[in-house]
Amino acid sequence: MVSTTVDRVARTADGVPLKVKLQQAERKRKLRAVALVLPLFLFIVAGFVVPISIMLFNSVHDPEGLRTLMPKTSVALQSWDGQDLPSEEVFAAFAEDLKVAQIAKNPVAAIGKRLNYEMPGIRSKVIATGRAVAKLEQGPYKEALIKINAVWGERATWAVIQRSSRVFTSFYLLNALDYRFDENNEIFRRPAADSIYQDIFVRTIAISIMVTTATLLLGFPVAYLLATLPLRTSNLLMIMVLLPFWTSLLVRTTAWVVLLQTQGVVNDILIWVGILNERVQLIFNRGGTIVAMTHIQLPFTLLPIYSVMKTISPTHVRAARSLGAGQFYAFWRVYFPQTIPGIAAGSLLTFILSLGYYITPALVGGPKDQMISYFVALYTNRELNWGMASALGGILLVATLILYFVYNKLIGVDRMKFG
Amino acid sequence: MRIGILSTSSLVLAGLTALALGAASPAAAEDLTVVSWGGSYQASQREAFFKPFAKDTGNKILEEEYNGEIAKVRAMVETGNVSWDVVDLDTRSALAACAEGIIETIDWGKLGLDKSKFIGGDVNECGVPNILYSWVLAYDKDKTPNGPTSSADIFDLQKFPGKRGLQKAAIVNLEWALLADGVALADVYKVLATKEGVDRAFKKLDTIKGQVVWWEAGAQPPQLLADGEVVMTTGWNGRFFNAVRDDHKNFGIVWDHQGMDWDWWTMPKGGPKVDLAYEFISYASQPMAMANQTKWISYGPANKDAVPNIEAATLPDLPTAPDNMGTALLLDPQFWADHNEELNERFNAWLAQ
Repeated sequence: MVSTTVDRVARTADGVPLKVKLQQAERKRKLRAVALVLPLFLFIVAGFVVPISIMLFNSVHDPEGLRTLMPKTSVALQSWDGQDLPSEEVFAAFAEDLKVAQIAKNPVAAIGKRLNYEMPGIRSKVIATGRAVAKLEQGPYKEALIKINAVWGERATWAVIQRSSRVFTSFYLLNALDYRFDENNEIFRRPAADSIYQDIFVRTIAISIMVTTATLLLGFPVAYLLATLPLRTSNLLMIMVLLPFWTSLLVRTTAWVVLLQTQGVVNDILIWVGILNERVQLIFNRGGTIVAMTHIQLPFTLLPIYSVMKTISPTHVRAARSLGAGQFYAFWRVYFPQTIPGIAAGSLLTFILSLGYYITPALVGGPKDQMISYFVALYTNRELNWGMASALGGILLVATLILYFVYNKLIGVDRMKFG
Repeated sequence: MRIGILSTSSLVLAGLTALALGAASPAAAEDLTVVSWGGSYQASQREAFFKPFAKDTGNKILEEEYNGEIAKVRAMVETGNVSWDVVDLDTRSALAACAEGIIETIDWGKLGLDKSKFIGGDVNECGVPNILYSWVLAYDKDKTPNGPTSSADIFDLQKFPGKRGLQKAAIVNLEWALLADGVALADVYKVLATKEGVDRAFKKLDTIKGQVVWWEAGAQPPQLLADGEVVMTTGWNGRFFNAVRDDHKNFGIVWDHQGMDWDWWTMPKGGPKVDLAYEFISYASQPMAMANQTKWISYGPANKDAVPNIEAATLPDLPTAPDNMGTALLLDPQFWADHNEELNERFNAWLAQ
């Protein structure tokens, strides 16, 4: 009799242990999945993660910082304690840096520009000092510089220069929230006349919430109609919803200008019908902005809700009715909860898109309706202050992420469905 | 399917041939990218400079538009990837860009032109002046037959009720506010250089703030007037002139305290076609070419030699016409180079509240 040891390990037909074979199959599957996702992942990293990280970095790294423009002064100022005026050594270093900058000519204006952010008006003094210092042969520089311009004899000026010479700065982030450093390096809130950013952030979020609510109120009934009507009618209505969606954003916004302007179509109709006696201002104010943005965002809210509604079987409501529920009760307790994933998806999409709106408020809104992106564009394009643009953008990003997490806690991302 | 190999390879062959032909374009003729402000102004430059230059030298002009944002120029120069060869800048941007070192210093010898023949030739080392334009006040004569006659009428809500159009920037608005508040023409910049002066200007602007429609692009003021959105508006005189002449609008222009300024031809630093750019600027600054431009838009040429060549009928519409120069306000380039940023910051804050 041949004794055979019972082989406890399960094996496949070719003798390889089942576990190993399974692992190999799993690995192949994973590699295939990674290979499919890899292009998209690389694209998102290169086109999204990297630029945004650079932008966030710019908001604290001070792209126009004085460390590169005034190297000697930055080093010399590190030992200054902030009391009285810096030593002659610092002034000598400053004069040296200015002389070097003057020969290159360009950086003197750049130095003036950066200091001008914190001390308006100092730019021309810096440029004038640069020209005058070039004529000074040698030290002592402290008195000579103060004689050239009294601003170099003020502690506040040197506090500003010291702050702007650091590697990382909080100036832009603080300024984006309406705070500044004073001469004792303490943070204070800017006077009401100059503090605009907190209001603008609140305004941006408020307008986005209003637009989301408006699109929900308008979009839900239309989605319901689209989902429950017979196919031919609902197809026709769907084309009517999608056609504006396929038209250029700029064309739609300009169309609203034509409709809403004081001598425009809406006012004409209202006066002709007799509802109004005098023309009403419908554009270049908050109302016009909300109307235009709602029109543009409506398909974004409507389509996810419609997709979810399409998956709800009509038998559910019929079953509820047959069990004795009233019309509204059946709708509210049976139908509506099933549409919540679609509502969540649509409203989140609209809200986040509205936060970043720029062109519509710029064209149909008044000066009090400009959202944060307008100022980001202003600092990027006109003022050439990329530190501020990055700071404002970074704060908007952080605010959006915080709101998203709150939303996630309330509704849950897993519960969102797009169809 | 039989369509497979044969037609695929013939398609590939055809595609490669097309690519090769396209790549072998005629040499010698280079393209020059010129950037300007769009609208009827750029149209006038097209007729007076771009098309004749292309015809005479065989080099094509590729046009682009912008609205004064010099961030692109700065980005191009900083990354070393300059694709704009010639940019039409306004004075503040030109002086700021020059100070920052992002545009070339002009070698007048290379241009072959005499600097002294140009109005404002000494103002900017990095630009060649091309036109003198001005901010003026305009209104629709059909809707407001007894229209405004002075710049202070913008602030007169009783005599002229309704909306007014102002540029969404500090420039000109602050000067006109001070002038309407009683400051003498010669003292405007002295007063504006002080904090009290700036406060005074903003206080005056507060009186009409609720009635203002703010414009940003040069093409907007004539459109606002035509739509009846505003009773009167500031704007660039050439744009109104074009609306009157080409669109047959009945606009009236008030030349009182016209805010005169220059536009400059500039070249971003480190561009690959600086020589061709010099050739173009030299061509566009010839007296005949500059005089020709006035046929299409009513901006005064900066080249003094061009003036005798201008048609007599166009002369009264130019900012430099003697009748219009009476109370002209020359916008101080040095003042605005120094204070543009802080005043615009203050202006934006005032506007947002």
